[in-house]
Amino acid sequence: MLLVILEHDRGAMPEAAREALTFGRTLAERMGVPMHAALIGSEDAALVAEAGGHGATRVHTVVHPVLEDFGPEAWGEVIAAMVGGLEPDAVLAGGSDRGNEVLAQAAARLDIPFVANCLDIDPADWSITRIQWGGSLLEDVTVSAEVPLLTCGLHAVAAEAAQSPTEPAVDVFEVDLDPALSRTVVRDRVVLSAGVTLSTAPVVVGGGRGVGSAESFAPLEELAGLLGGKVGCSRAVTNNGWRPHADQVGQTGTRIAPEIYIASGISGAIQHWVGAMGSKHILAINLDPEANIVQKADWAVIGDLHEVIPAIAAEIRSRR
Amino acid sequence: MRICCCVKRVPAPGARINVTADGQAVDVAHLGFTTSPHEECGVEEAVQLTEEHGGEVTVLTLGPPEAAEQLRYAASVGAHHGVLVPTDGSPWDPQRTAVALTSAIRNLEESDGPFDLLIFGNESADSGGFQVGIRVAVALGRPIVGGIKGIEIDGSTVRARRQTDAGFEVYEMSMPAAVGVKEGINLPRYPTMRGRLASKRLEVAELPAEAPPGGQSMRLLHRPPDVTSETVILGEGAGAAPAVVDVLADLGVL
Amino acid sequence: MSEVPAKARCVVIGAGIVGNCLVGHLAKLGWTDLVLLDKGPLPNPGGSTGHASNFIFPVDHNKEMCLLGEQSANQYRDLGLSVDSGGIEVARTPERMDEFQRRMTSATAWGIEAHLLTPAEVAELVPFINTDVILGGFYCPTVSVVDSLETGTQMRKIATDAGCQVFANTEVLDITTSDGPLPGTRTVTSVVTDKGTIRADYVVIACGVWSNRVANMAGAYIPLVPAVHQMADVGPIDVLAETNNEIGYPIVRDMDTFCYERQSAGSMEVGSYAHRPILHHPDAIPSNEEAALSPTEMPFTPDDFDQQMEEAIELMDMLGDAEIRYAINGLLSLTPDAMPCLGEVPDVRNLWSAAAIWVKEGPGMAQVVAEWMTFGYPRVIDTHGADVARFYPEERSDTHIWARSSEHFNKTYGIVHPSEQWESRRNLRVSPYFSRQQALGAEFFQARTWERPQWFASNADLLERYALSDREVEWDARWWSPITMGEHLNLRENCGLVDLSAFQIFELSGPGAVAYADRLAVNRIDVPVGRAVYTPWLTPDGGFHSDLTMMRTGPEQVRIVTGVFDGGRDEFWARRHMPTDGSVTFDNITDRITTLGLWGPNAPEVLSALSDHRWRDAPYGSVTPVELKCGNRTIEAELFRISYVGDTGWEIYTAWDNGPDLWDTLTTAGADLGLRPTGGGVYGTSGRLEKGYRLMGAELESEYNPLEAGLARPRVKAADFIGKEAYVAAREAGPPEVQMCVLTVEDHTDRQGRKRYMQGGNEPILTADGKRITDGHGRVSRVTSAGPGPSVDRYLLMGYLPSELAEPGTDLQVMYMNELFPVRVAGTGPVFDPGDTRLRG
Repeated sequence: MLLVILEHDRGAMPEAAREALTFGRTLAERMGVPMHAALIGSEDAALVAEAGGHGATRVHTVVHPVLEDFGPEAWGEVIAAMVGGLEPDAVLAGGSDRGNEVLAQAAARLDIPFVANCLDIDPADWSITRIQWGGSLLEDVTVSAEVPLLTCGLHAVAAEAAQSPTEPAVDVFEVDLDPALSRTVVRDRVVLSAGVTLSTAPVVVGGGRGVGSAESFAPLEELAGLLGGKVGCSRAVTNNGWRPHADQVGQTGTRIAPEIYIASGISGAIQHWVGAMGSKHILAINLDPEANIVQKADWAVIGDLHEVIPAIAAEIRSRR
Repeated sequence: MRICCCVKRVPAPGARINVTADGQAVDVAHLGFTTSPHEECGVEEAVQLTEEHGGEVTVLTLGPPEAAEQLRYAASVGAHHGVLVPTDGSPWDPQRTAVALTSAIRNLEESDGPFDLLIFGNESADSGGFQVGIRVAVALGRPIVGGIKGIEIDGSTVRARRQTDAGFEVYEMSMPAAVGVKEGINLPRYPTMRGRLASKRLEVAELPAEAPPGGQSMRLLHRPPDVTSETVILGEGAGAAPAVVDVLADLGVL
Repeated sequence: MSEVPAKARCVVIGAGIVGNCLVGHLAKLGWTDLVLLDKGPLPNPGGSTGHASNFIFPVDHNKEMCLLGEQSANQYRDLGLSVDSGGIEVARTPERMDEFQRRMTSATAWGIEAHLLTPAEVAELVPFINTDVILGGFYCPTVSVVDSLETGTQMRKIATDAGCQVFANTEVLDITTSDGPLPGTRTVTSVVTDKGTIRADYVVIACGVWSNRVANMAGAYIPLVPAVHQMADVGPIDVLAETNNEIGYPIVRDMDTFCYERQSAGSMEVGSYAHRPILHHPDAIPSNEEAALSPTEMPFTPDDFDQQMEEAIELMDMLGDAEIRYAINGLLSLTPDAMPCLGEVPDVRNLWSAAAIWVKEGPGMAQVVAEWMTFGYPRVIDTHGADVARFYPEERSDTHIWARSSEHFNKTYGIVHPSEQWESRRNLRVSPYFSRQQALGAEFFQARTWERPQWFASNADLLERYALSDREVEWDARWWSPITMGEHLNLRENCGLVDLSAFQIFELSGPGAVAYADRLAVNRIDVPVGRAVYTPWLTPDGGFHSDLTMMRTGPEQVRIVTGVFDGGRDEFWARRHMPTDGSVTFDNITDRITTLGLWGPNAPEVLSALSDHRWRDAPYGSVTPVELKCGNRTIEAELFRISYVGDTGWEIYTAWDNGPDLWDTLTTAGADLGLRPTGGGVYGTSGRLEKGYRLMGAELESEYNPLEAGLARPRVKAADFIGKEAYVAAREAGPPEVQMCVLTVEDHTDRQGRKRYMQGGNEPILTADGKRITDGHGRVSRVTSAGPGPSVDRYLLMGYLPSELAEPGTDLQVMYMNELFPVRVAGTGPVFDPGDTRLRG
């Protein structure tokens, strides 16, 4: 049996959990075993149904006062107990922060291997291809373990419901948890306030020498405001006194990691690039199609930022 | 307070990482080395905490003799002690690494007293195993939470913030405790010239530690099939705005 | 990205400061069918331009580097992409303070404003400097900081407006060549890129640190190596940020620690030429994708920089608390002789080099190459020292490039004596007499790859005989010996034996040889067999390309004998202009022939022991085949009746293997006749200067014509020759604007009462009231050669003077070490034996 850990936050299931079920369904087929799911700290029928919908034939639920909210040690302890109690052939979770964390916790408790972020698994000899360097390299490993603990790389597969959904049987898994495990349970939550910083902003609208003046940053500010982001700039801009140093993205400024960096009028000098390279996506707006930043971007608009940026802002407003 | 921060020496590659011909290692022919980024933030956090609350930071690394460079770098930004668990330079699997580090920390605690806080990087930049810190903490019986982007010390309590899609989760642990930190927790300072020069005087302690190989064995490194990373031109001038907004919508940032 | 065109007149590879400026200059000169390629993106493709510190200190002792630096600084200024920040070199040692006197002298020569500062005056300009560690400063207000990337962009724009097509992210995979047009020669045909192949008439390699690798694709060489220059950007520093601009304080060069401190907005760039030489093979440079920063910003190796940090903090305490925010092992290009590589490469026709050029001289050198390609020769200034054809094969090896580059890297900010000799890579080429000369205690000077005795310790007894003493000041005495004056006086009194084996000797043969020789030379070569002709070779613009001897050795044979410094350039020039009809063949016979100079009043008697040659019957300028008795064997030789030292005698040419026997026989025969081995100090300096003979590369440059040099013959020959049109025009334009003169130093005493001796290192010649002397072309009067005239008891200088100042007896001054010394014009000809009676015997 392949045991898939169902990640959820107080009943809400992230995409990573569905990906794990999808990945697990194929893996279980290759192993020639059924796929079960573990639902920790919940008995929510909707989650059970979701597991069934993705091919789990049985769901093991655990409820316990310590599990009322997420706690990595408590989850790890439960998974460790399931490895002993349910005797799965392997355990799988999604490659999210939590997925990796709870399997590492379980592995540490059992002192057995845990292989994070797998892309391809051959259960015949447990030879695995996994992610290194955030995906820039792949590593082939073999695992020698009675029960391999695995996570699948985030977005390694697209979540997909099973062709023949099941109504899984639900087993309650009994476990005796030390109340002391509550020491790492979530105590509180802070909802993200509006005040994002350049280094944490989900969107950064960057301007370079091509912006031309301090005043010309107004449209960039407007666009950033529409997207809940911040304005950043290149070194040339701070050198010219158009923006404060705090806004400088680069080697000698702030390193950013937004979901998308909209770089306008920026050539992409290395100094700047080093600060911007952590961005998950880059959209370049530049007059020169051969500019460094255009080559490095995912998307580019060739044109004058003074026309393009107001047009984007107008388009956003019209869609809202 | 006494803080131990574990760091890893990793290559500092560009956009393309090459593998040696035998597929056993990253080709570092023209690469520099650095401290794995989460851990660089870990050192900064440790130094800031001791600046605020007093105490000392010990930086611990497992690696080849050259990893002393990373200990010196940590010293150049304010760490007080550097300890190297030497290896022959071959990559150690996560279990083996954790056993060796655990033994080193035990040794350090026996000789100099317990650490109030162990700081690990959430995962290393290269192998990305997501587990060494957790294994060490569990072996030492310390609570640990990963993904931390904020730490406050209140008496003997560590309040740690972990970023989620919605905001932050807050954890509270009594010290001694451990955390796995993530980049963004702070902006690591750069060493000053004086700091760099002072770090030359750091006496790097060597603490050999034996550990048996774990169950995960590396066979081969290889590059993923080349994904054409051609830039998609969305258009020219203002007319490209709708296409841009489509992209923003797909990314969920609208 | 679009496909490259199938054909272009000229493809320029490399879009750094050089390639961009080159296409811009070519466009200005009328080229339209141009293609500019770079494997990286624009505007910063990842080469050395992208991380340059972008400042220009205008004063350099070297004329080419100084004037092209100034030319470049002005081009940046004209584009509005330059700020005059000013710059101060600071001294920590008395030796450096002396060097500043020399720099003041060079500043005066080139007309650059400069001031010596006390430590307190330095602190007025740079308040954060520690005056306790410096002795003084050398300040140039026109030190400038430039925007090299934007300059490149604008120059590229000029080219694209004229039709140039630009392809970034386009990697050159090969450069193809075809055989011809002459047997054994090759011509460039196309550039193969990852976006297609471009057939091209001309290809220019402006690939910076990659240039040799790209040249190798065509089977050619551009001898340079990528070398590390460490740089750390430290900050933020409030006092710098408060200037609110890119640069508000003068740049400081801490000369004695080989470092500089250059403000860059709120931080300071500390750069170093002090660390160990760190060289890389071009193949070891990462690609744009592989590099963490850029290909030429290699990982910083902090251990190499620690000492520089300590010294930087010592000079500017505030740097100690500044954060090291960006630090690189930046790559730049070094060549074996620290000069750039410009011009057509000798190996492949129409393949050009514009390499080993730094940002500080990029626009000017790009203009040089553009003019060279357009007019057949550069017009800005003479660039023979940067001509890529200057290298001999031994100088192109990686061994040589690495050894020499390692040796001179730490001299970047060093105090380098004009006669300073290399330590590495010695004894590469030695004459057949080398071991004999070593036994005589020869002090060898190396001329490119060839070892030549400068003087012989075995002649030290002559010091007493002629009552000679050493120079008073160590700098003047360095790389010099009074023995050379003893050898000189002995030659004039008895005779001397000079090793001339480093002569570069070529042979033109075939039915077209004489006609072709005439096409190269100003003077007539179609002379009777057995006659030799001393002649200039001109550039198309009528300036000097070369100055050498051509011998009619047969009906269809002409031998060319030239100096070792110019052998490479002259061989290339001679091969490059050869007719393609097969009527002429070229042979380099340097390795087969050795030459000895035998001169002095006793020379005929010495020779008579070997031959009964009736030398008085063979006129000056004749070449006579003879048999010489050497012990119990007879060797074939040629006696060339000529002298570069002004005394009776010959250049004796014989087969290389005969050399040792000839040397031994002559020295034995001369033992009782006062024959002494005599070094280059006499041949190249004192003997030559007494006779006022001009030297290629010193007096003779492409900026000057034969009329100005005083080498014009009464009539112009009928046959056509390269540069004839310009030469004739210059003759018809009337008397020359300037004339090459010999001057005598009238008083050597400096302010401290010491006797000083100029080195011939471009010391400015000033009017009696201390004004610079320039002509209508902006050419400055300066000392081109200097040395003793022991037989006239005067110290002699040579230099061009405007005709009105060229009158004998005119009193002028020469600046040396920032002091003025009175000099007097002796004339335009010899000061010793003006009637050439000794010469003609």
